[in-house]
Amino acid sequence: SVLSSPPHQLSSPPTVTSEQIERLHRRFKQLSRDQLTIRKENFDSIPDLEFNPIRGKIVHAFFDKRNLRQESEGLADEINFEDFLTIMSYFRPIEMNMDEEQLDRFRKEKLKFLFHMYDSDHDGKITLQEYRNVVEELLSGNPHLEKESARSIADGAMMEAASICVGQMGPDQVYEGITFEDFLKMWQGIDIETKMHVRFLTMETIAHCY
Amino acid sequence: GFHLYNKLPSVVPESCLLIFVGLIMGGIIYGLNDRSPPVMDSDIFFLYLLPPIVLDAGYFMPSRPFFENIGTILLYAVVGTIWNVFGIGFSLYGICQVKSFQLQDVSLLHNLLFGSLIAAVDPVAVLAVFEEIHVNERLHILVFGESLLNDAVTVVLYKLFRSFCEMPAVKSVDVVAGVGKFFVVGLGGVLVGLAFGLTAAFTTRFTKDIRVIEPLFVFLYSYLSYLTAEMFHLSGIVAIIACAMGMKRYVEANISLKSHTTVKYFMKMWSSVSDTLIFIFLGVSTIGENHEWNWPYICFTVIFCLLWRALGVLVLTFFVNRFHVNTITGKDQFIIAYGGLRGAICFSLVFLLPDFHRKKLFIAATTVVILFTVFIQGMTIRPLVDLLAVKRKRESAPTVGEQIHIRFLDHLLAGIEDISGHWGQYYWKDKLEYFNSKYLQKLLLREHDQPKSSIVLLYEKLERKHAIQLAEAGQLGHAPSHPALLNNRAVITDRKVEDALTPDVLDNIQEILARNLYRTRRTGPAYNRHTLPGDTEPGEHAEEILILRHRGL
Repeated sequence: SVLSSPPHQLSSPPTVTSEQIERLHRRFKQLSRDQLTIRKENFDSIPDLEFNPIRGKIVHAFFDKRNLRQESEGLADEINFEDFLTIMSYFRPIEMNMDEEQLDRFRKEKLKFLFHMYDSDHDGKITLQEYRNVVEELLSGNPHLEKESARSIADGAMMEAASICVGQMGPDQVYEGITFEDFLKMWQGIDIETKMHVRFLTMETIAHCY
Repeated sequence: GFHLYNKLPSVVPESCLLIFVGLIMGGIIYGLNDRSPPVMDSDIFFLYLLPPIVLDAGYFMPSRPFFENIGTILLYAVVGTIWNVFGIGFSLYGICQVKSFQLQDVSLLHNLLFGSLIAAVDPVAVLAVFEEIHVNERLHILVFGESLLNDAVTVVLYKLFRSFCEMPAVKSVDVVAGVGKFFVVGLGGVLVGLAFGLTAAFTTRFTKDIRVIEPLFVFLYSYLSYLTAEMFHLSGIVAIIACAMGMKRYVEANISLKSHTTVKYFMKMWSSVSDTLIFIFLGVSTIGENHEWNWPYICFTVIFCLLWRALGVLVLTFFVNRFHVNTITGKDQFIIAYGGLRGAICFSLVFLLPDFHRKKLFIAATTVVILFTVFIQGMTIRPLVDLLAVKRKRESAPTVGEQIHIRFLDHLLAGIEDISGHWGQYYWKDKLEYFNSKYLQKLLLREHDQPKSSIVLLYEKLERKHAIQLAEAGQLGHAPSHPALLNNRAVITDRKVEDALTPDVLDNIQEILARNLYRTRRTGPAYNRHTLPGDTEPGEHAEEILILRHRGL
């Protein structure tokens, strides 16, 4: 079973070392209180996560079936350790010996994860409303900021995205939303392969939760 | 004249030309007076010429890349400098043993002393050269950060060896004390700097009614921190950098926009003047009778400087790359090694040496090394950067979208670290932010100030720029029904967070900004100027952005 010994082989190829798997397994046990699966409520027991403005989206991402590489759509109710590892594997660091194609796939994988976080209604497009939602959440730490400002900022960012992705638009063209290809274009300047990773390698302490 | 002729800066860095001018001036003075021209007084240099440059560097240092790479920077600055000092010192001592060079009376301690002052990379020279070659941000910050932080090591080693020279015997206790002193100097400098920085931030909290002298506090406290640190024999450069970086965030939120502009321009002006003066003095001081030209020693000094720097960079980078995902490529390493320029700090330190019979030899060697690095390395680094196709700086304007993405990523990674129980860099950064918002901001920012996210700040900055551009182009002001808007437009550029924004004023601003947003960002063909009300409320169309031409068409 999952509890007695951590799995040493995983079906999908996220390359996480066995030492890291051990540690994550211990963490999983902590979070799940020795159960086989985790539900959304289990994430409430992490004290530091409370102050994170995009907490909801992060937790949601763990249960998003698109991220769990399952064929179906929608949200899972609970995830087991293998799923937990699958999500964590999106944050693995880049490897030295990757070739061009692997690098490209690596990058696309991470960006797809991000895309799913932005696109909350799972329709494959980030609409203006969803973008506004993201900006509002990000700026929710400033209680005095007017809601209007957050909206204007999101509108501005959407305009920028439109100009990057579509360039000049005709008189009656409608820009429906950011598709994944457009999303890729927007992130071109940011080297996500090196930024989006968590250094599991030197996990000295495992933080406690209640 | 230098900048008018376009081609020149690309071939010859400004610092070279300034030294050249200095050389000519020195030559003229020597020729006319038939004695040595005035040598740059070390006091003037350290008290008046150096602080503005370092302050400028510290204040405008991009803190994000700096702290992301702080481990590497510290490694290069501390371990790299120590490696260089001992390497150069010992190898020069080895050279002194060779009988034919007539250098046997230069003792090991003297060589180590010389090594300690020649090994350190100089921020002024690095800044002057790297500013013109626009390498990628990471590389720039590595070399530059190293040049700023190695001051702590240089100060300690220089003073240590100098006192050893005067002591009859050196015991191991003294060496250990030296090591301990390094920590005191470095950390002490940081603490002094931070203390002054936070005091400055606190002071600006109360300057609402006396806007005019706000810029003064920025300069005053920074200079005080430098002087205080120097007074206690701590590292002044580290102190001033810590002061500038610590106070920047709070001061910028507290002071008015005009004060901010004043600070920026004064800082740039002073540092340019200092920079120019330093290099000219360097040139002037070169001419004269202060030198003893023992060519073997000098040549070997230059060779060893280059050699040990290259070795040091190679070895250290090897270690760094083991721990970092974002590796430093071979080309970058070459530029780091090659960009280790020496400058005026070495020069002043050598003049500060106590007078002993070989001092002139050291002066000569230092002069040659500086001239070599500034002229030859400074001039060739640009073609080499082109030749090796080193990754250059991304020349793109900052966008709000990018800022949003970066913040999003920050929070996401902090969240993932929390979930996985790993206390990594995002975790600590998050904790620091929390501490900042809970305690520091309440103490240091003004009463009604709302601390703003970087997204909001960037957005406001961009919109202000666009608003100004449009106002200048005369396109604003065709709105028929809001004469009050004309008033507000002028106020927008001044308004930061001084006055509480009443709802209807905010509405007007939002309207202008939203309208301008559509106007300026559109790259389509020209259209009728008279706006339509529908444009300013994209909220009406919840599901899609409609980019329309005006109904008038």
